[in-house]
Amino acid sequence: MNGVHDLGGIQNMGPIQYEKNEPVFHAPWEGRIYALNRAVRALRKWSLDTDRYGLEVLPPADYLRMSYYERWVVRMFAQVVQFGLVSQHEIETGKPDAGSAKATPALTASMSSRFLNRGIPPGNDPNVRPLFKVGQRVRARNINPTHHTRLPRYARGKTGTILRDHGVYIFPDTNAHFLGEKRQHVYSVRFAARELWGESASPRDFVHLDMWDDYLERV
Amino acid sequence: MEYNRSVAKSKKPPVGRRGFIKGVAAGAAAVAANSPLTAAQESTAHDHEHQAVPSDVALRVKALESLLVEKGLVDAAALDALVDTFEHKVGPRNGARVVARAWVDPAYKKRLLQNAPAAIAELGYTSGQGEHMVVLENATKVHNMVVCTLCSCYPWPVLGLPPVWYKSAPYRSRAVIDPRGVLKEFGVEVQDDVEVRVWDSTAELRYLVLPERPAGTEKMTEEQLAELVTRDSMIGVAKATRPGGGGSK
Repeated sequence: MNGVHDLGGIQNMGPIQYEKNEPVFHAPWEGRIYALNRAVRALRKWSLDTDRYGLEVLPPADYLRMSYYERWVVRMFAQVVQFGLVSQHEIETGKPDAGSAKATPALTASMSSRFLNRGIPPGNDPNVRPLFKVGQRVRARNINPTHHTRLPRYARGKTGTILRDHGVYIFPDTNAHFLGEKRQHVYSVRFAARELWGESASPRDFVHLDMWDDYLERV
Repeated sequence: MEYNRSVAKSKKPPVGRRGFIKGVAAGAAAVAANSPLTAAQESTAHDHEHQAVPSDVALRVKALESLLVEKGLVDAAALDALVDTFEHKVGPRNGARVVARAWVDPAYKKRLLQNAPAAIAELGYTSGQGEHMVVLENATKVHNMVVCTLCSCYPWPVLGLPPVWYKSAPYRSRAVIDPRGVLKEFGVEVQDDVEVRVWDSTAELRYLVLPERPAGTEKMTEEQLAELVTRDSMIGVAKATRPGGGGSK
């Protein structure tokens, strides 16, 4: 989706607001919503890709105005209802509906360190063949999907070089929407800054993006 | 331009649990109605008062947590453990130890550059968002810096959770189009003959910059060297601190 989250290359966003000795969380609720997100996602009702899309659908003005964890709060309220963990009625009353079955948490304190060690599956699957090889010139496809994608606008239609094949990963564009994992190779693709931004860019600057097979085409 | 955290600082008097949890639900539903994925929310959104942005966010989060705990969906002690982990156990000191080891041990550095997840795990740091680590080595003529233009991807096991500026629009927008300007804003002057490599974390690879070892540190111990390795130097927006201070935020 060509959303405001796709920030690369936008200008006039102001100076970087650097905070010295910044705390991990600025208020206790930030830590709680962070942990709630991790604990609820352990129920495996949706994926990290769906989570990312859940922020991209925020209205642009809200996205820019809200703090990072405020976005997480709004997303969490939307998701727990959307994916059936909580009813709208329960949100309104703040209490479990009468007669609703009590669930079992997917994540307990004793498991939390083990849970933290469980991440994205290894990027190796010999059955999935790469479509491109290291050193090859490639062009990022000019696509403008309305769904989740990890191909930023600033790279679309641009030509680069495959620097490294990182192995096989789940394809976020489909996985975010429960349309399958569509595993494929991910590559580091190196783009000259001048290819991306024109002649005013430094000839010695390069931008590297990690790109799935489906984002690329032969030159 | 400043994106304040007005909601976090809201001084509105607390309202009843029903009221505040409902307010967020309406706000979320109104937001979700824009999404094809969440179109089902639209019908319910119009039944409730609209509120574009939640206020009294701390109370709303507390109410949501209580509801999820009562329903047996989450365990409050697990939430405590997660918060404790990121506040006290995981952070840039982990990454600093990795960098210091690489500075003093050429064989470790070689392993780190070839297979970062395994080399980092040697020091005991493994967890989510670090399974696919790549280490980028800075040198006299090469400067690497890391960004996530689309969201907030960051190598948690070695750096902890990212600072606000890393997740905010000014850095995310400018790092890819004006990296030298961004570096200057951080106090780093990069000479014209130095190659700047920006890494936009668009997939599940996570990047850690291995900063250059400062001059005059030949006699320092690994532990002392780790003190020179700042979080910012491992994101690539600063250099490692020179002995006696300086060189980095």
